[in-house]
Amino acid sequence: MAQSGSEHVGMPSGTRLRILVRGAGVSGLVTAVTLAERGADVTLAEIGSRVGSGASWMAGGMLAPWCEAESAPPEVTRQSVDSLDWWASHVPGVARNGSLVLAPPRDVGEIARFGRRTSHFQTLDGPGIAALEPDLGDRFGKGLFFPDEGHVDPRDALRALRDRLVDLGARVLFDAPPDGPDGGYDRVVDCTGIAARARLAGLRGVRGEMLLLRCSDVTLHRPVRMLHPRIPVYIVPRADHLFMVGATMVESENAGGMTVRSMVELLTAAYVLHPAFGEAEIVESGAGLRPAYPDNMPAVTVEGRTVYVNGMYRHGFLLSPARARQAADIVFGTGPGAA
Amino acid sequence: MLFYGTELSSRLMLGTAQYPSPEILADAVRAAQAGVVTVSLRRESAGLRAGQAFWSMIRDLGVPVLPNTAGCHTVKDAVTTAHMAREVFETDWIKLEVIGESDTLQPDMFALIEAARILTEDGFKVFPYMTEDLVGAERLLQAGCEVLMPWGAPIGSGKGLNNLFGLRALRAHFPDVPLVVDAGIGLPSHAAQAMELGYDAVLINTAVARAGDPAAMAAAFRLAVEAGRIARQADPMEERDMAVPSTPVLGRAVLA
Repeated sequence: MAQSGSEHVGMPSGTRLRILVRGAGVSGLVTAVTLAERGADVTLAEIGSRVGSGASWMAGGMLAPWCEAESAPPEVTRQSVDSLDWWASHVPGVARNGSLVLAPPRDVGEIARFGRRTSHFQTLDGPGIAALEPDLGDRFGKGLFFPDEGHVDPRDALRALRDRLVDLGARVLFDAPPDGPDGGYDRVVDCTGIAARARLAGLRGVRGEMLLLRCSDVTLHRPVRMLHPRIPVYIVPRADHLFMVGATMVESENAGGMTVRSMVELLTAAYVLHPAFGEAEIVESGAGLRPAYPDNMPAVTVEGRTVYVNGMYRHGFLLSPARARQAADIVFGTGPGAA
Repeated sequence: MLFYGTELSSRLMLGTAQYPSPEILADAVRAAQAGVVTVSLRRESAGLRAGQAFWSMIRDLGVPVLPNTAGCHTVKDAVTTAHMAREVFETDWIKLEVIGESDTLQPDMFALIEAARILTEDGFKVFPYMTEDLVGAERLLQAGCEVLMPWGAPIGSGKGLNNLFGLRALRAHFPDVPLVVDAGIGLPSHAAQAMELGYDAVLINTAVARAGDPAAMAAAFRLAVEAGRIARQADPMEERDMAVPSTPVLGRAVLA
């Protein structure tokens, strides 16, 4: 468990571990905060000019340990159930309204399949769905509700972690040189995602594409997953009538702009969820590369003085707290792999 | 049975899309003892060689690769994709898909025949994904195809063999052409049925990839394909409309 940092932060600097964390995506920020809370003297170096210049910026921000079990191994659920508490205690704006799984009438069989592979849900009928999300009214006849799940605006969350890090006395450097800064650190924790591909065997990029829509005619209180045999899509509500629609999964390392096909697929799903999305403004379209290992599970590995935290795949927000603890245990010499 | 002069190590062909992870895909390919793996090039190739990481994993499986033109809707699209596939996978095999209708993903037989002719002239060995249409099959053979791959049902639908009569007719008309049921198989029993009809192989993707335990399902398909094949060779009995007791009725004490 992450310890409260107060008794450590006050330690004389001579005895504190000096740690360089590379990468200010979700993994780097959560790891840096965890290390700082445990008393390390942390420098966070990011080669980009802001937090989240990689995959994290495109994330949905769903904190959905149980839904993820549909396609992820059981470890993902096990290692992420306390993730919601971590986020709620570290950043403002964590919504804990659960999540909703729906399917268009023709694909309602997908709901049974989803239900067989997941747990911690209630089965809803049409009125049950309407009670939770009045704007969806009687558009759907069957759904699953996962009451213990939550969501967060990933961009706000990353900025809040940066501020917290500064409050903890850590240095946060942007536009940092790729190999620097040099400063005789006790350990380096590399959280650079797909940028570490050349240094980490087996790491690959899995392309994802997302949209941000603004639509003042629809209100949702929780993420909605629209099941479809070919194009499963989720829609996450954010502040100011914004909706994040994501995300494609393509085995490609092309980080170029969104394709027409993907945009049509994501927009169709939004339109099926509610026709009012037909009038929505397309605020942003984006594409990024999720770093993934062959088993699509994140890993913490050690090479010399460097600890690598990578392979977050589609679980960056969900699994970063657990992986950060693991990395911190290694850094502080209390976990497997400690020097 | 030879597919363009090549004897496959198994009559189960496995698609590589939609698995929870590449590691689980590799487990499934091993459990299936697949004779061929198919790989889609279209979406993965959004950028030049951008799918390299995934492609090298596929090549490392050590199973012959049959690239496909999944998602292509025109002759030109399919021909371009086939050329790209030949370059990336260094094979002249191509599973030719030209989709005519985006809801059922039904093959466009007219475009398929045209693309098959162009590719065959270009030295490709074409495995055409087709409906079970007899006349279309004849035209594909005339275009140079030496293998036919009729659908059992729409891709990913898991509905099994929808038109048994049509599939039987194809087998009867083309006794010497390698025939593969491609698409629509949802259960090992469907695969066994295809083999019992005398098909030479089956191609499975979704039924394995989307199973709760893909490797276990792959093993089940391996056994089913083998069972169906052995059954076919064993010359199954004919169906009858009347009961035929396996022991004589006359002379049984209870009837005395």
